[in-house]
Amino acid sequence: MISTQTSQALTVQVNMNVNGEARSFAVEPRTTLLDALRNELGLTGPKKSCDRGECGSCTVHIDGRRVLSCMTLAAMHAGQQITTIEGLERDGQLHPVQQAFIEYDGFQCGFCTSGQIMSAIAMIREAQAGWPSAATEDVTKAFRGADLSEAEIRERMSGNLCRCSCYPNIVDAIAEAARRT
Amino acid sequence: MHPFTLSRISDSSAAIVAHARDPHAAFIAGGTDLIGLIKDRATRPDRLLDINGLPGMAAIEILPDGGLRIGALARMSDVAADMEVRHRYPVIAESLLFAASGQLRNMASMGGNIMQRTRCAYFRDEDDLPCNKRRPGSGCAALYGVNRNHAIFGWSDNCVATHPSDVAVAFAALDANVIIRGPDRERSIPFTDFHCLPGHTPERDNVIERGDLIVAVEVPARIEGRASHYLKVRDRQSYEFALVSAAVAVAIDGKRIESARLALGGVAHKPWRLRAAEEALRAIPLNETDKLKLAIRRSFTDARPLTHNAFKVELAQRVVLRALQIAGARA
Repeated sequence: MISTQTSQALTVQVNMNVNGEARSFAVEPRTTLLDALRNELGLTGPKKSCDRGECGSCTVHIDGRRVLSCMTLAAMHAGQQITTIEGLERDGQLHPVQQAFIEYDGFQCGFCTSGQIMSAIAMIREAQAGWPSAATEDVTKAFRGADLSEAEIRERMSGNLCRCSCYPNIVDAIAEAARRT
Repeated sequence: MHPFTLSRISDSSAAIVAHARDPHAAFIAGGTDLIGLIKDRATRPDRLLDINGLPGMAAIEILPDGGLRIGALARMSDVAADMEVRHRYPVIAESLLFAASGQLRNMASMGGNIMQRTRCAYFRDEDDLPCNKRRPGSGCAALYGVNRNHAIFGWSDNCVATHPSDVAVAFAALDANVIIRGPDRERSIPFTDFHCLPGHTPERDNVIERGDLIVAVEVPARIEGRASHYLKVRDRQSYEFALVSAAVAVAIDGKRIESARLALGGVAHKPWRLRAAEEALRAIPLNETDKLKLAIRRSFTDARPLTHNAFKVELAQRVVLRALQIAGARA
């Protein structure tokens, strides 16, 4: 009871840009970004699965970077740009990575899918920006987007688990989306 | 989660004063370890000080004398992608890339990385099993429990945990320094002195005192890092903590080893430097594998494996040998 009273007194107002819109909500400081997106803003695309930074299903973008929304606090991201899977579509058109997941059947139950897609979009950008990975033969050399092999995709996507083990189709979808990007 | 207040602090002096004054305050940067610890009730801070807005602390720079300075707020992914780091210290870039996942590397700060707490399952357990690190005096459930992932060097009856950081192993091998700003002064701690052995105070991971803020890690200019490599062995190929890892940097004179720097991860409460082996490796030709093996063995005479981790003694020697050969090929 004491902690409930304490935390009510500690509610903070958070303003952030979510999927291109200015949003404002009041939460306790301990509220994760994931819980704020789902419970305060009704954005249930980011999934709450392990809630410990182990599965990747809560992946969103903060200022364009892929992060785990379960492992950070909403109030730490006031003023930043958050993108969830709900914010990808443009004028009725799916994002190329979403389109590729449909074409390549990159999911079964779908619970990990929004995290997989959000992760893949940012991962392709990281590779095209020249970031190496643990699968890169020689980190001292520049990495090119064209070097994004199946082994590279698997390593770079290892933070997103799929309990249905739909990995072959996920990798194919991402490889195709990377080619189109 | 235990409730707490959160304040954003934009000035390092104010951050240090606020931390020094309140025994229940904790700094938060990336939060990827701290949030997990709070969720698992392994730590219960009443006040979080968000230091992400501190100016100038995310820089990665080559110092005028040629050394490397990595700001404590630099993100793991930015350090791993930095071309100077990759060229001059591949062991640093590789150790970062073999850690965590893409999402976590985008969040996790370098200062927080070396402050990570052990992944010992007994320490992390939400049910509060005996753990002297979590609850001093409660005992060590791992000592006679499942200790396959635990230490083979430097442990005490109070704690057999290992340190989980990968890049800390690289920093230890490279004789880096941790730059710490406290309430009174700034000081530089040799990396191998930064983390503690468990002894009688396993709740203490490192030499950080209340009011201390890590501002940077520096690699001195004299350190030759080009011919270096990080080799990590784990139960699955990606996104997993080390069973055993090795950070190696060598200088080669002709075909012989002029100097070798060796540190192991996954074997002790801190990154474990192999000084005796380093000494013994001097002047041995890199292609004389049997001699290399004998020299490496010099650092394993004091290995003390537990019930389930004797395999680490042999595995660690093989990991060092292979990392040494790969690093040497880069010379």
